[in-house]
Amino acid sequence: MQIRILAALLRKEVLLMKRNPIIPKIVIMMPLMVMLVLPLIANLDVKNVNIVIVDNDRSQLSRRIISDISHNGYLRVEAIEGNHTEALKIIEDGKADVILTIPYDYSKNVTSQSSHLDIEANGVNATKGMLGAQYVTQSVVGTLTQWRELQDPNIVVPEISVINRYNPTLNFKNYMIPALMVVLLIIICGFLPTLNLVSEKETGTIEAMNVTPVGKLTFVLSKLIPFWVIGLLVITVGILVGGFVYGLWPVGNVLAVYLATILFTLLMSGLGVVIANGSSTMLQSIFVMFAFIIVFQLMGGLFTPIASMPEWAQIITYGVPPRYFIEIMRSVYLKGTSVSELWVQYIALFGYALVLCVLAALTYKKQS
Amino acid sequence: MISSEVVISVKDLTKKFGNFTAVDHISFDVRKGEIFGFLGANGAGKTTAMRMLCGLSFPTSGDGRVDGYDIITQSEEVKKHIGYMSQKFSLYENLTVAENIRLFCTIYGMSNKEIKEQSTRLYSYLDMEGMEKKLVKDIPVGWKQKLAFSVATMHNPAVVFLDEPTGGVDPITRRKFWELIYEVSSKGVTVFVTTHYLDEAEYCDRISIMVDGQIAALNSPEGLKQEFHAETMDEVFRKVASQAKRTE
Repeated sequence: MQIRILAALLRKEVLLMKRNPIIPKIVIMMPLMVMLVLPLIANLDVKNVNIVIVDNDRSQLSRRIISDISHNGYLRVEAIEGNHTEALKIIEDGKADVILTIPYDYSKNVTSQSSHLDIEANGVNATKGMLGAQYVTQSVVGTLTQWRELQDPNIVVPEISVINRYNPTLNFKNYMIPALMVVLLIIICGFLPTLNLVSEKETGTIEAMNVTPVGKLTFVLSKLIPFWVIGLLVITVGILVGGFVYGLWPVGNVLAVYLATILFTLLMSGLGVVIANGSSTMLQSIFVMFAFIIVFQLMGGLFTPIASMPEWAQIITYGVPPRYFIEIMRSVYLKGTSVSELWVQYIALFGYALVLCVLAALTYKKQS
Repeated sequence: MISSEVVISVKDLTKKFGNFTAVDHISFDVRKGEIFGFLGANGAGKTTAMRMLCGLSFPTSGDGRVDGYDIITQSEEVKKHIGYMSQKFSLYENLTVAENIRLFCTIYGMSNKEIKEQSTRLYSYLDMEGMEKKLVKDIPVGWKQKLAFSVATMHNPAVVFLDEPTGGVDPITRRKFWELIYEVSSKGVTVFVTTHYLDEAEYCDRISIMVDGQIAALNSPEGLKQEFHAETMDEVFRKVASQAKRTE
């Protein structure tokens, strides 16, 4: 009999959602906007690093170094100065990010141990400065290698070649697209159930429900299932946009993506219901949900790799459920990993989903 | 049609919120088919008492039984046998009349056939033919209240609790509303109603007046008038309510 009640409650949710002026639009527009626009913007590739060169050597070698840098796609020579003070002024004016200083007689000493070049990076924009310094180093090392070969053909220069597996062009979009789908699910499946339930509290209709014999679990399920379906819809839009617009289809089984989505949406909407049960106004619930979402976004490995976090923070990330979902998404999408290889992540998601759904049913009180 | 069978029985029911005692050791019995009026100034504890009886709120102490079920240990059983209507928001505003009826009747376990028969009867009784596809938010307040009352009584509950059901309703609609109350009462349904309108109090079989969380007076309207040497219920109410010490 509770099945019939659940069906009636779900019908009510669908009707109310359909008549809501905003929600159906958000469910379609938000994934489209995010997937169409953000991969183009959220790009950590640093291009156009401006560089000032202080060339004190003025030799054939130094001219070669400068010429190679100016032909590098990522670097742009802003100025070539005669002294360091002038160069520093350009950095202070914000016109350049990196200074390369080639000392006197550099070409004469280049083969000796004591030769060195100075590369200084502007740390105000840390990412750009760091990557810029790296690009300059790579460029200079390349020039020096060629130079040595020319000077002494007999010298054996070790060749280093880098091949990026799974994301051969190191295309940042391929890294971001699966993650953006996770962001969408976090926001949509986290906020919508919370707001839905709290709005019933605010209008008082929840009282009308609480005074009926409707079962607690039945009622909570009627709040979870709709967002489960919405989550699957959102991920489908995400997969289609990723595939047709950016040409990125999952290398692995698409069902592995859906399985993880099913667990993750249940987990997020379970969390949403728990938060809604604890709040009496929308304002409260939104603030609490935001706190969770910020932690989820920053510690789940979306934008900053978990491996480069401090060790204590890495331990905390085991308690951040999106971490497992992101790992699954990236592995399935880029490496084609199978469910059985990722069982740890799937079990973790399942565990969190179960705990949160049980908690959602337990924290829902019909009687105060 | 009042029988001797007791449907609501309350003993020393108390609800405290921190230091504040909203309902202070109230005791009373209500018999089957009775229309029992609950009067009192704002903040006297009427709604709190009613919410405890409906299984929406746990009493701090005391006992209560509704239709034979304990309101503390069997609150979910109680809910199967009562109907409840609050002054506002008993129905979903963005669902149509028919959708609301279907939702609530299904929850009370009525079959689709029963729901269909009952709602057809209801539309003609309330003169609501043609309105079943309208959203509840688009129908006038008076209709909403009549509809909410009908939804609360469609599953034939033993008791129907009405919390200020006629607030903001015009006198003609109020009159019509009380006809509905008499109708269900004549079928043996007990009606438990809170109100601020003293003319409505006259319609009740018995009235209790709450002051500062306690029952200050309990009798039939005629009995109360005699007891307080008053001509009208209005006078009775002013005499009783003036005993209040606490402010809101």
